[in-house]
Amino acid sequence: MKRKISKTFINNLITYAIVIIAFFICKLALSGDIEGFKMSRSLKGQLIPICVYIVMAVSLNLTVGISGELSLGHAGFMSIGAYAGIVASQWLGSAFPEANIDVVRLIAALISGGIAAGVAGFLIGIPVLRLRGDYLAIVTLAFGEIIRNLINCLYVSVEGGTLHTGFLLTSPLPGKKIIAGPMNTSGIDKLASFDAAFVVVLIALFVVLNLINSRSGRAIMASRDNRIAAESMGVNVTKYKMMAFVTSAALAGIAGAMYGLNTSIEPKKFGFDTSILILVFVVLGGIGSIRGSVIAATLLTVLPEVLREFGSYRMLVYAIVLILVMLARNSVFVKQILSIVTGCIKLIFKRSRRGEAS
Amino acid sequence: MTQRKSTTKMVAYPSFSIVPERDINKRPVLETRHLGIEFGGLKAVEDFNLTIGSTEIAGLIGPNGAGKTTVFNLLTKVYQPTTGTVLIDGKETSGMNTVQANRLGVARTSQNIRLFGNMSVEDNVRIGLHNQIPYNMFAGILRLPGYWKQEKKQHEKALELLSIFDMQDMASAKAGSLPYGAQRRLEIVRALATNPKILLLDEPAAGMNPHETEELMDNITKIRDQFQIAIMLIEHDMNLVMGICEGICVLNYGRIIAKGTASEIQSNPTVIEAYLGKKKEG
Repeated sequence: MKRKISKTFINNLITYAIVIIAFFICKLALSGDIEGFKMSRSLKGQLIPICVYIVMAVSLNLTVGISGELSLGHAGFMSIGAYAGIVASQWLGSAFPEANIDVVRLIAALISGGIAAGVAGFLIGIPVLRLRGDYLAIVTLAFGEIIRNLINCLYVSVEGGTLHTGFLLTSPLPGKKIIAGPMNTSGIDKLASFDAAFVVVLIALFVVLNLINSRSGRAIMASRDNRIAAESMGVNVTKYKMMAFVTSAALAGIAGAMYGLNTSIEPKKFGFDTSILILVFVVLGGIGSIRGSVIAATLLTVLPEVLREFGSYRMLVYAIVLILVMLARNSVFVKQILSIVTGCIKLIFKRSRRGEAS
Repeated sequence: MTQRKSTTKMVAYPSFSIVPERDINKRPVLETRHLGIEFGGLKAVEDFNLTIGSTEIAGLIGPNGAGKTTVFNLLTKVYQPTTGTVLIDGKETSGMNTVQANRLGVARTSQNIRLFGNMSVEDNVRIGLHNQIPYNMFAGILRLPGYWKQEKKQHEKALELLSIFDMQDMASAKAGSLPYGAQRRLEIVRALATNPKILLLDEPAAGMNPHETEELMDNITKIRDQFQIAIMLIEHDMNLVMGICEGICVLNYGRIIAKGTASEIQSNPTVIEAYLGKKKEG
């Protein structure tokens, strides 16, 4: 029994290790200390979005893979988090203009983004998660569109520590405008940094992996595997589905807040396309596999940049690559090769361990 | 809702009772009164009255389609009855759901195995321990001391329960990959983990060979003696039913046609008729 616990433990450790090593490699490439090992400009701009998409994919995997409910409106939670984070950070900035509190503002933005998206997830979950079937997919699909259209009409400005909000405005609000309906957000301080984004990735991994390997996580997976059996074991299925969904939404909100404080955003960005893109990360990385989500999110965010040399054929190549990866994932041949490789690695480990023992 | 206060006067419903003598002065663990359910006009179960003593092994038998599993679904609150009530350990259960019924002390296994196939054997048992050894979500995420303490307790308790069927060696195997008989046994262990007062077994011996069935009979009696709980089982294997059940209830077309001990049931003409058909006149 002890072996099994250490197995999941080692698996989680590998996931953390991959992320941490990748972070330090990026750091090294950013510093440019090593000759010829330097990050391109376009890739540099992608670092924070990569972290954001990793968190998005991991959190969506909690809903889709672990809890077994399809969510098609994950970008909606991201946008709620983004705009809530922008408002919180800008309000703090104007309320205490002298103080140098960038870190506090960033943390406040992340927390308020997470809470706002979590509350939204809770409100959606109340009616939907009681039902059996694919209702969550339908409702989240609609939710994503509703949120996008609502934010399209939302105007917020800030003036000396007070917020002015308006809806469907014709005359401008007083003070410095920060959210201007369908237009790009402007004048937002770029509080996000690669380091902070990396910490957020670690926190997301920590929360999700620990949740899965706990009593609550087992209850969530039991509800997925067999609802009736879980109920007759005394597991409150609705409660645990809600727990997974709200956690997932809150993490998406945190990722969104990070995204909103990185570049200027517009409501159009958080449409159905983005939701599907994140779902593609999850499916390609393997439903239920957190490490797969991390890797898939990274590669598929970098890929369009790498494919830039194809010019206008870029998205065509992107689609072909996606299809090929999908085929490879399901092919027996690739699986065999992978199992041979992992077998070799295990053998080497065993040998070295035996060597140490003797 | 009426709460039954008396704990001793169970002889008040002698006609519903097949309770063995040693339980007669204890509160019955399960009591149904005029229980019935209709599905769009079809009366699947009708006027079902039964009392089960606190440490009784009771059998529910009947031809296919008699409504046996429907009775189990009514007792576990998967279905809500259209008439009558179920009392579990003396408590009225109308309006309750499956989870609440489980907390009152009803646990069951199902006819077609309902394990959590992707999870390990131990994790399946740990789901049964869900409400027995709890800790909250934050202790789990932040790995607070409560998490380590309770996880250890769960691990020990799960292995202890698995050892009833000598399954502790399989603890880390995937539940879905177990052989059929082991899956059935695991389902019983998982149900036991919820610390029930009454255990409902729906065809526990289905798909088992005679040797395994014999072992199961011993184990059912052992579980009853060890945990001091009542067990009610649906079974088509008459050797098992007649061998271990102290009270047997025969169901046909949703109605109870006979109640009594094994020998009484075997010689009951109505039961023989239900199973074999009517003797030709003349």
